[in-house]
Parts: sequence; structure tokens; C-alpha cells
Amino acid sequence: MTTGWTHYEGASGVLTEPVDETRDHIMGPSDAAVTLVEYGDYQCPFCVQAHPVVAALLKADGPPIRYVFRHFPLTTVHPLAEPAAEAAEAAAAQDRFWPMHDVLFSNSPALEGEDLRRYARALGLDERKFVRDLVERVHAPRVRADFLTGVRSGVSGTPTFFIDGVRHDGAFDYPVLRAAVEAAARSSAGRR
Amino acid sequence: MRGDLKVWCSRPMTTQQALPIGAHAPDFSLPSTPDQKVALSDFRGQPLVLAFYPADWSPVCGDEMVLFQEVFPEIRRYNAELLGISVDGVWSHLAFAKDRKLTYPLLADFEPKGEVSRAYGAYREAEGTSARALFVIDRGGVVDWSYLSPVGVNPGADGVLRALESLSQRAKVMA
Repeated sequence: MTTGWTHYEGASGVLTEPVDETRDHIMGPSDAAVTLVEYGDYQCPFCVQAHPVVAALLKADGPPIRYVFRHFPLTTVHPLAEPAAEAAEAAAAQDRFWPMHDVLFSNSPALEGEDLRRYARALGLDERKFVRDLVERVHAPRVRADFLTGVRSGVSGTPTFFIDGVRHDGAFDYPVLRAAVEAAARSSAGRR
Repeated sequence: MRGDLKVWCSRPMTTQQALPIGAHAPDFSLPSTPDQKVALSDFRGQPLVLAFYPADWSPVCGDEMVLFQEVFPEIRRYNAELLGISVDGVWSHLAFAKDRKLTYPLLADFEPKGEVSRAYGAYREAEGTSARALFVIDRGGVVDWSYLSPVGVNPGADGVLRALESLSQRAKVMA
């Protein structure tokens, strides 16, 4: 009989589902110095705060970053997060994931069905297909699959960032995230 | 909010005597509503997840309990059930569950206060609350896995899912 607590060791704090170029939503070069994965929720105010920080990091004159966004909607407390995530996927089905992603975070929490439709129109999407995708919940399995990869990687709230596969447990303001990304870039340069 | 919580999260953990892995999980019968009780023995023959948590309404607990609600369908896929346990009374549990839309039972370890939490080594004497602890109990009522989290940190659900998966694989091997 083992005594004491089993402290879970192994995967906790590590991204268990590696970035998949064929499946993930990716911004930035595949040979970037650093990979930044975010698990986020469009109705989460902290994710809304983090959104311009990430945008600034990607634009900054620092190490090239490959940025990946995965859905982690906490639907019981954020009932609009799930349809918003599915709307982003519906836009992705029309090759417009990132523009919709920006619109959703920039307009959150205006994420009611009518809002989503309006955003789709503004982005020039095929509105009938977009609405049908949402009504038929076509992209719900994809959103759930993203969520579960997060759960398996120990994501317990949003936003959660992984930098080169390791969970970033610090704050997510610009100076902190930038320093973390630069440290990861130095360490990856050292390994090359 | 997570940033603000960091300070609170860094409080030191109290050392406590934990219920050992491999021990028979102590039976209990606790109210889930003013007129219903839930007993450990109700779940013989299926895996059970016990999530002890310090308090209804505190922000991290809310996140943890909400996360477990989101993961509940995955837990059910292993034919497992999930119970939340804290020293709050049933009326607080009912209001909390309604507010956070929780559909799994929250049990009130209220009278005698913390008795079940103590039996599992998941009680914080100084604070008078349950610890933040997770247990996976197998079909035979034996503690198969447990985890004690720092009180201010949401432990996530990865450990629980991994433990349930491992149980289910072992059950297949035995079958």
C-alpha cells in the first residue's frame, strides 16, 4: 500500500497534443523560433484582454512566433462562448478564421446569434452556409475536441498559454509574455 | 482575475495525514438536498470521482467546479460518477449549483462539520474547510488515485481523466 498523496506527475503543465499543421489554426511561419499556443474563450474577459497583447507580440520586432489558437469555452458560465467558437470554425470553413477571431474578441461580449450573423456578413462570408453550420452544430465536435486537448494538458481556466509546449503560469501582460517568449527563443537557439 | 489570485494562491499548504492509496474509501452518507442523501455505497460497481473543495462561491472553486461540469460527459463515458464535497450547507450548495449550472451532486459535509473530509485526510483544521483534493475510487470502493492541490490552485481535470482511463484499461485486462 502506498502512503501519502499521489502527486500527479508527467503530463501536467505540458501540451499533450502537439501542434498539427493540418488541423490547427496557425499564424506565423512553421520554422519560427517559438511556438505560442493559446487556449481561449471568446466570452472570457481575460482572453479579451490578452488578445491585443498577442497581436502586439506577433507584430513586435522580436523572435518570430508561430501562434496557435485552440478553443476552451467554459459554456456553463459563458453561454455565448460555444456559439462564438463554432462561428470562428464556420468562418474557418470559408478560410476566414483569423478575421472572425479578431472580430469576435474585438466585439466581445456582443456574441448573440444576430451579432455573429452580422460579423459573417461584414467579412463577406457565404451567410447561408455560415448560418446553416451554426444551426446544425457542424463544428461542435471540433470545438469539443480542442477543449478536451486542453483538459488533457491540464488547462483549468482561460486564457492558458503554452510556450514551446510548456504551460506559462505567469501573468499575460505584454512585458511578461514578451520576456517568456524571448527566453524560449534563446533556449531553442541554444538547442539548435 | 487569475493574476490577482496568484498572491492568494501562494499561501503555504498545511501538512496533513492523507488517506492512503489502496485504502478502502470510508463510507459516508451526506445530504445533497434538504431531503436527499447520497452514500458512497450507492456507487459500488462503478468508478467514482470525489472532488473536495474549500467553499462554494470562492472564485477558484467556482472555476474548478465549472471545469468539472464541462468534463462531466467525459467522466460519464467511463461509467463513472462525480460528487463535489465541501463543508457548506445544502442551501448554499443548491444556490451555487443553480448559479453555475452544475448538474452533479454537491454534498454537504456540514454536520458533524468536516467529518467525511477528515476521514479522507482532506480537511484543513486551521481554516475549518475541506482541502482541495481529488479522489478516484474504483468499483470495489478502493482509493485508486488521489491528488492534493494547493488550496488556491484549480487542479484541472487531466489527472482524473487519466486515472479513469487507467482504471478502465485495467478492467479490460482483467475481463
